[in-house]
Amino acid sequence: MRAKYVMSEVFLGLWRNISMTIAMIITMAVSLTMLGSALLLYNQVDVIEEYYQTSLEVVIYLDPEIDEETTAQIESELNQSELVARTEFESKDDAWDRFQDTFKDSPDLVKTVNADQLPAAFRVKMEDIDKAPELIAQFQERDGVYQATNQKQILQQVFDILGGAQKLTLVVALVQGVAALMLIANTIQVAAYSRRREVAIMKLVGAPNWFVQAPFVLEAVFAGIIGALFAFGTLVAAKFLVIDGQFENLFSLMPKIEMSAVLMLLPILAGISAVISAVTAWITLRFNIKV
Amino acid sequence: MIQLEGVTKHYPRSNRPSVEDINVFIDKGEFVFFIGPTGAGKSTIIKLLLREEVPDKGKIAVGDIDVTKLRRWKVPAYRRSIGCVFQDFRLLPNRTAAENVAFALEVIGKPRSVARRVVPEVLELVGLGGKEHRYPHELSGGEQQRVAVARAFVNRPLLLLADEPTGNLDPDTSIEIMRLLDRISRTGTTIVMVTHDSNIVNQMRRRVIEVENGQIVRDQSRGVYG
Ligand SMILES: Nc1ncnc2c1ncn2[C@@H]1O[C@H](COP(=O)(O)OP(=O)(O)OP(=O)(O)O)[C@@H](O)[C@H]1O
Ligand SMILES: [Mg+2]
Repeated sequence: MRAKYVMSEVFLGLWRNISMTIAMIITMAVSLTMLGSALLLYNQVDVIEEYYQTSLEVVIYLDPEIDEETTAQIESELNQSELVARTEFESKDDAWDRFQDTFKDSPDLVKTVNADQLPAAFRVKMEDIDKAPELIAQFQERDGVYQATNQKQILQQVFDILGGAQKLTLVVALVQGVAALMLIANTIQVAAYSRRREVAIMKLVGAPNWFVQAPFVLEAVFAGIIGALFAFGTLVAAKFLVIDGQFENLFSLMPKIEMSAVLMLLPILAGISAVISAVTAWITLRFNIKV
Repeated sequence: MIQLEGVTKHYPRSNRPSVEDINVFIDKGEFVFFIGPTGAGKSTIIKLLLREEVPDKGKIAVGDIDVTKLRRWKVPAYRRSIGCVFQDFRLLPNRTAAENVAFALEVIGKPRSVARRVVPEVLELVGLGGKEHRYPHELSGGEQQRVAVARAFVNRPLLLLADEPTGNLDPDTSIEIMRLLDRISRTGTTIVMVTHDSNIVNQMRRRVIEVENGQIVRDQSRGVYG
């Protein structure tokens, strides 16, 4: 009975102020989409890191003119280092095989490279890839070493790009979020004004405070959840159209964003949105309805 | 029933206290008029009794409740034991007479079955039988005030506060409303009524408390307007 009254007041309130309701839902949706993207990127960094963690290595390329003695020395030094888990020697021939295999889809590229040009290398699995700089410092300047590279560093650039994108989406989410909260506060004020007669009578006859406040709070929560649904829809569409569609090739080198990660966002976004909307509405009411 | 002890209320943006050191005792079942010139502080006393305002000094007790010490979250429950009518009726324009009365029950959580039983009863009592389904704009001022009285009385409160309930009504209609309040008073309900209407006060011959500049200048049982 009372629930029916509250619900009808909620929908009446949203309808009476429909342009504000739509504005509120749109800003909410944009903010939450950005927040959702930021969360996905955050999650994706973890996924990528885990994916590559086991295969990342330090590669020590050797001088083309290196003699066998120096090669053997370097190998034994590497094997003695406690930073190193395992080393694997890759001869010029191995390197050539690997190169041909990696670029088998681009025969033109393969043609331009001479088997001689590829250096022999030690591929070093680290105990801890984060200690790679230490190892590189030790071998960088050593005789017979042409160059020491850390694959983690290359990956780091990817992470930096993802991190930058994440910061950007977070900033947009925050700015839009503030706008959304201001719209909620405004909507609640308008609703409180248009329902002032009812509210005055309810307080006069002794309706409990929670009951007086419920329609307003639920109005905000409802708009917040609709906004979250739109944001979720946008993210799902983005996953199918952009990541799996248009830019499929771009993402082929790293693990895809999983559907399960996107699905997880629905309860998270809806929950965050509902709670923040409710709190904003409730605080606004404290200034607009004197008990 | 009602006890005011040294009650003082000074609104922040007013240069003098609206109510100053008021002492009143009102017994259960009494019918009391508060009279006095405009700005004397009569409505302020009603607001203090309703706990819409809190006094700066003094103590207010209603029934066995110390209103001055009442916690904020207990105010709604306190107000459920009080009925209240005003000069401007305060009805919801988009609800019928019956719905206006039912609203007061609905929002305090009374089941609909109670409303179905009690609302026609109380509308009959205030003399609106047959007009339950009229909207406020389809009722005369006197009839609208009857709806307001029905709403105030539907919970059978022990205390009924009325701030100039006949202020917007012509003399004949005012007399009808007074008959109604008199009937309610006979059920044992304590009634505190603020009025400017000398005819009513002189005809009813009930206790009269005169207020001037926030202070009580006369308290007379079976009094006249003076
Ligand atoms: N919220 C308020 N803030 C400041 N001053 C107020 C406030 N409410 C009332 N007053 C002042 O308190 C005094 C008493 O007001 P109150 O409304 O109690 O008078 P009243 O006796 O009911 O007058 P009337 O017969 O005209 O209704 C007046 O001087 C009024 O200006
Ligand atoms: Mg007044």
